[in-house]
Order: sequence, then structure tokens, then C-alpha cells
Amino acid sequence: MAVKFDLNEREVWDGNYAASQALRQADVDVVVAYPITPSTPIVENYGSYVGNGYIDGEFVMVESEHAAMSGCIGASAAGGRVSTATSSQGFALMAEVLYQASGMRLPIVLNVVNRALASPLNVRGDHADMYLGRDSGWIQMGAFNAQEAYDLALCAFKIAENHSVRLPVMVHQDGFITSHTAQNVYPLTDAKAKAFVGEIVPVDDMLDFSRPVTYGAQTEEDWHFEHKAKQHKAIMDSRTVIDDVYAEFKELTGREYKRVESYDMEDADVVIIGLGTTVETARVAAKNMREKGVKAGVVAIRCFRPFPYDEVREALSNAKSIAVTDRSSPGGAMGAFFNEVSAAMYTSKNRPLVTGFIYGLGGRDFSIEEAERIYAEQQAHADAGHITTDIQQFSGLRGPKLGFFQTARG
Amino acid sequence: MAVESQELNLLANNNRGESQLEAGFDLLGWDEVTQGSVLPSFDGDATGIANKKAEERAYSGFNSYTASVASWRVIKPVFNRDICIDCQNCWVWCPDSSILSRDKQMLGIDYDHCKGCEVCVEVCPTNPKSLLMFSEYADLDESLAAWPEKKKKEKKSKEV
Repeated sequence: MAVKFDLNEREVWDGNYAASQALRQADVDVVVAYPITPSTPIVENYGSYVGNGYIDGEFVMVESEHAAMSGCIGASAAGGRVSTATSSQGFALMAEVLYQASGMRLPIVLNVVNRALASPLNVRGDHADMYLGRDSGWIQMGAFNAQEAYDLALCAFKIAENHSVRLPVMVHQDGFITSHTAQNVYPLTDAKAKAFVGEIVPVDDMLDFSRPVTYGAQTEEDWHFEHKAKQHKAIMDSRTVIDDVYAEFKELTGREYKRVESYDMEDADVVIIGLGTTVETARVAAKNMREKGVKAGVVAIRCFRPFPYDEVREALSNAKSIAVTDRSSPGGAMGAFFNEVSAAMYTSKNRPLVTGFIYGLGGRDFSIEEAERIYAEQQAHADAGHITTDIQQFSGLRGPKLGFFQTARG
Repeated sequence: MAVESQELNLLANNNRGESQLEAGFDLLGWDEVTQGSVLPSFDGDATGIANKKAEERAYSGFNSYTASVASWRVIKPVFNRDICIDCQNCWVWCPDSSILSRDKQMLGIDYDHCKGCEVCVEVCPTNPKSLLMFSEYADLDESLAAWPEKKKKEKKSKEV
């Protein structure tokens, strides 16, 4: 029997500690981990909970992130509730195995503390690692602060293990800004959290000796496509389950989550659409702009995969000009997030102007003033009726102005 | 299969190697394939299956036991009962579980699964060897008739 962990109604936790408490309350059976900044405390704390008797689980230390996710796959296929955490280069090393986990439909929960990818080496937060996982078949949810990192980690198990989903889930938080900033967090009691997450009901578990199964079958051109299509349908269909779990969580806590969050969007003409901690910055900037008479709003993506195309289109349907913020170097494209939003808006009735900003790489600060400048620029596009700048611009970059691709609608 | 004079279905379930991988199965749609391409090894309840002999197990159609995966073999091991000392070395080392052995007595080769890797021949300690590689199309009796004689040990030069 696990030792009782005393919790206050209000705790002061950083994002890492919040995520690790969610793992404890969810009674995670196995964490297989390899440490990497800035996500290390999540798995380190889980290890200490095991060591100090707060949880009856297994902490397995391995030689790499590739091995960590491989171990998670083994434990999950065996039938356990499994989680781990990683960042950046560790995430990249895990990449091959991420596809194995989703292809085998294993409900692993991965806490990703977003950090830039080298080179040059950098430990600060950007979304390069998150984007690397975007085609991996994992559900990807984004927390904007420590409270959300905790809440979404609890929701993640419930979504992943739902029998109509059975897909692995990543819960993202921004490196350092969320992971290492102590904030007020209101945790659930252990009893409430356990009741909410529930017990895992295994599917095709390898510890069921009455029905031995093969995991990791080989399929060539005559079978592979059907399996991948079935998997794709599962992640597309997970949208309703995610909504249901968020609704149940709201009932329990009063905290409401949506796959697409909208702030000041009732009458907004100009919009910043973003991910992660940038959302809170943009929200402050939008309020400031409204005082100056600009109808500014913020749309935030809670659920990056499956990408909420209809909800994004719905949320932005009355906007005139939209700035999409990509916190990752797109390596010869416009930006993954820009592309998704553009795709969603192309079939909207009024087809608003959409431009993209590459910003915040390697933890470069995204200030309220810069967000306000972007709003003013969007207003200029809206007033002109066409995009007046390059479609792709760089926000917060030193040196001569850099931009690419121009509109043909002007 | 070229090997004719040896009992081919030795210790075999009646569905061993019944399907050819190249022959194709009923091709199912995306809505019919198994979740996560997870495949059950046996039909029905498999409790205690480890204690059952191969020929008593209900191998499922997904189990490679029921498929012949030997079509790309170009040379095959031939087993010579008269020389074998039942040391079980080949059974231990065979990477495809294709050495048929029962009660520690070597009985033959599962030609539905043997890939012709020659490991069994390599580890066979007898003189001459009790397993030798022949062309896939070599006749078994002719192969046994062509078995080499015992090799004489070369005399060591006297120590000075």
C-alpha cells in the first residue's frame, strides 16, 4: 500500500513537478526514462515517489531515449499504464520508436518539455521537437502553464487508454518558461484524480497467457496501407473522445479545456494564433490593443494532433487578418503550423489574410510589445485588404529584415 | 519439395506450412485488419500451450508456423541418422527452430521453415558430420549415399 502524499488545496509547483504529480496520482505502473534538460525532474520525481513508497510502480533507468521509449512499448504491450518524459535531442532519438508505439496502438503518455533542436546546441524552449513528432501518429496536446501541464497529463491517460482511441498521447509544455516557473496549481485530491483517470483496461496485453499475441508484425505493400489508414482514422476519430474527457474534467474541476481555445474572439478583426506560453503573452497584448481601439483576439491550439481543422476555421471565420506563429525553424517551408491554419482557412467563406511569423527560436523571448507590433501589422493588412508584407516574416530576429513569399491577391 | 524419402510431416500439426507467403491471403480492407497489426498466435484459449507438443497446438493462420517460409532456400541440410549422436547442438543453435527433436532424439528437419543457413552443419561435432548441405534439388537417398567417410586425424609430429 502506497504511502499517503499530503497535498494542499493550492500548491506552488513548476510544470515539471505538476506533471510528475499527475503521474503519481494516475498510478503509473512503469516509467522507463533517460534524463534530459529540461524534462528531467518529471521522471526523477517519479523515481523518488517509487523509492519513497508513494507509488507502487517500476522506474527503469536505461541507456538512451531510444531505449526509454522501447521499454515503454514493452511495458505498455504487457498491459501496464506507462509514461515517460523527454525533450529536444532525446525526443529526436526517440523518434523512430514513437512511430512504433502509435503503430502498435499503445496508450503511452509522453510528457514533452519543448526545447530547441541542435545545432547549435541550445537548452531553451522552442517547438522544434514538438514539430518533429507531428506525423508520428501521437495525439499532441499543449499546456500553456503548470496547471495545464498537470490537468492535461491526467486527461492524457484517460484519452489514450479509451478503447476506441488506444493511441499514445504527448503532453507538451514549454521548456523553462513552464517547466521551471513555479506557479499556483490546484491539484485534485488523490482519490478524485484516481477516480477520474480510472484503471487501465488492457487490450491485447502480452501478459495474457491465454491469448499470446505478436506485436510488431511486418506488412508489405499488400497490407501496410490498410493498417496505416486504420490508425489514421483512429486519431481523427479521437476528437470526440478528447472533447468528452475535457467535458468530464470540467465537471470535476470547473477548469474548461477545448481543442481550440479562443480569447477575445467575439468581434476580433486581427488575430494571433499560437501554441504554448506565447498564448498568454498574446492575450495580454490583445487586451492592450483593444484599449487602443484595435479589435484583437487570440486563438490557441490545445490539440495540435489531431489538428482541429473545423474548429480553427470556425474560430477564425470572422477574422480579417491572421498571424500564425511558428516557434520552429521550418527548414525551407512556411512553417508547419502556418500550413495547417492556411489549409483550414482556404475553404472558409471569407478567406482571411494569413501570414506567418517564425519567432522565439532557442528560447528567444516573445514580448508583449512584439505581439502588439504584430497586431498593428495585421490591422494594416486588414485596412489595405491584402497582405502588405512578406507572407513569411521573422519576429525578434537581429540583422537585416528577412522575409519570403508574397501574396498574388494584392 | 525436393526431399521425398524422409517423413516430411514429422511432429507436424496438419496446418504446418500450409500457406505460401507469396500466394497471398484474403486481402482485407482497412476496416477489417487487426488493431495495431497485433496478431494472435493461436486459435481459442491458449492456456498451458507451452506444455503442449507442436502437433497438438491450434496455431492461428497468423502464426508463421502455418506458413511455408522456405521458398528462398537454395541449399538444404540433410540429416544422417546413422552418424548422429543426439547431442542436440543443432537444436540449440538453429535460429529458426527447424530441428525436429523429441525426447532428446534428433529426428529431422522442418523444411517448411529451414532457410538453409548451415548453422546446424557448422555446430555438428561428429566425424563425419551428421548434417551436411546439399542442393535444394538433390535427392535425399543420393545425398545419403554420397556421404563422406570419417576423416582420419592427421598425425601430429613428435614433440621434440
